[in-house]
Amino acid sequence: MATARRFINRRPQRGSGLLLAAAPFVALILLYLIGSDMRLSANPGDKLLPAPSSFVEAISALALQADPRSGNYLFWTDTAASLLRLGLGVAIAALLGLVFGLAIGLFPYAGALLDPLMAVLSMIPPLAILPILFILFGLGELAKVVLIVIGIAPFLIRDVAFRARELPEELLIKAQTLGASSWQILLRVAGPMILPRLIGGIRLALGPAWLFLIAGEAIAATEGLGYRIFLVRRFLAMDVILPYVAWITLLAFLMDLALARWSRARFAWAAGR
Amino acid sequence: MSQITVEQLWKAYGDRSVLERINLEVASGSFVTLVGASGCGKTTFLRLLLGQEAPTRGRLLLDGAPLPAEPGPDRGIVFQRYSVYPHLSVLENVVLGLEFRAARWLGRLRGPARRQAFEAGEAMLAQVGLEAVRDAAPTALSGGMQQRLAIAQALILKPRILLLDEPFGALDPGIRADMHGLIRKLWHETRMTVFMVTHDISEAFALGSRILTFDKVRRDPHAPEAYGATVTYDLQGRHRLPLAEEAPPCAAA
Ligand SMILES: Nc1ncnc2c1ncn2[C@@H]1O[C@H](COP(=O)(O)OP(=O)(O)OP(=O)(O)O)[C@@H](O)[C@H]1O
Ligand SMILES: [Mg+2]
Repeated sequence: MATARRFINRRPQRGSGLLLAAAPFVALILLYLIGSDMRLSANPGDKLLPAPSSFVEAISALALQADPRSGNYLFWTDTAASLLRLGLGVAIAALLGLVFGLAIGLFPYAGALLDPLMAVLSMIPPLAILPILFILFGLGELAKVVLIVIGIAPFLIRDVAFRARELPEELLIKAQTLGASSWQILLRVAGPMILPRLIGGIRLALGPAWLFLIAGEAIAATEGLGYRIFLVRRFLAMDVILPYVAWITLLAFLMDLALARWSRARFAWAAGR
Repeated sequence: MSQITVEQLWKAYGDRSVLERINLEVASGSFVTLVGASGCGKTTFLRLLLGQEAPTRGRLLLDGAPLPAEPGPDRGIVFQRYSVYPHLSVLENVVLGLEFRAARWLGRLRGPARRQAFEAGEAMLAQVGLEAVRDAAPTALSGGMQQRLAIAQALILKPRILLLDEPFGALDPGIRADMHGLIRKLWHETRMTVFMVTHDISEAFALGSRILTFDKVRRDPHAPEAYGATVTYDLQGRHRLPLAEEAPPCAAA
């Protein structure tokens, strides 16, 4: 009799692994199609679960035809506006994370000065101060970018600081015996060793960054993916909202994938660490 | 010259005494090996020499002047692990010290200075037998090769003192014999003063011109942390004096 192996030791083959991964997606799509079909056959005017053809119509109207009022292709101007805000916010937050995180993690004086402040700042719910941002920075681009920065920078700063403190002490001591100054240690040892960790932190922060982006756009914007979703909500336009959500999800997923790939290629030494 | 004087050295962490009443005079060019039970304070002694820790009492002198209170290029070190930088290639690891010395702001050399430094680095790699893997990542090297690299990296600035904390503790016996040959050769060539901690008594005798054993001479069974270890035997290399077989454990359990 073949002894049955424990479940923790049973692994799917490559093919069946792919099949397993696809199954929940297929199931969800099927579920939607059935639900949509049932509602539409009961009431052809139903807006809640539109048929796939309505998605195609709605999105091609936004993506392939210029908006008669502004002359813009709204789907693409929305995407560009959102990506610009997100990219700016994340890039600024990453830079702050690297600079302040390394300073706090590496220099005891900087840590003594800023550690408690960061611990408190990171507890402020960013959405609670959104009104303050709009008062301070107006309803323009700045407030929305600042919201993303405020939303994720404290996390990135603390993450980098913790990681910097986890660097093996031996490597920092060794650098000193090689005559390195604090600045040189920052530049040639701690900085480069922390970069892959920063990428990891950014990947984790992307989810919250999208959240803050869409929150900011929902409240005050004239274009953007979040703005469009909240605008068409008034008309129950699920045929626009659902594809937009799928598009946002795809963009976020691709960003995460790109960061992971890039990090693995650029920082091969950090793999498996 | 690099003569070390230790005067009435004590080291305690809070109430816990680790080292006490250590007095030593170490001649320039000595190869001192340090042995003793685990937890005896051998690493602590090296950290004091390195400047990573300050003595609680007593003084450490290098050629008559107090040792600088932080690590510097006059004292090189090789640890048992985490000895090399994973994000740099083998050659870059060796050249790092030269770059720190010559490029104060960028820590990175350019042009002819860079070429010169990298040539010196390659010569250093040849000395430890790593010239064939100069472009490899250190993580791709075996344990023995990583320690060779760590030694080359520490020696490129020609430190007056080299500190080794169980540098070969994790290596196979065969590799270890190679490393003994290497370190003895480098010691002969550079005439630097070496302090090496080891758990292997035969290694201590094979390499050391002087062997120091650390142990506690005072013990309080009710307060095992009250007293620290000191130097109990101070032996000349190759004069095999009877040695307490396995020193009883002096670490507080
Ligand atoms: N920073 C510290 N704070 C408190 N106690 C410490 C500290 N560093 C070392 N000790 C204690 O000092 C004692 C000596 O430690 P040390 O590492 O010097 O021993 P060792 O002889 O090198 O041991 P091993 O052979 O296991 O490496 C130990 O009991 C240790 O717990
Ligand atoms: Mg030790």
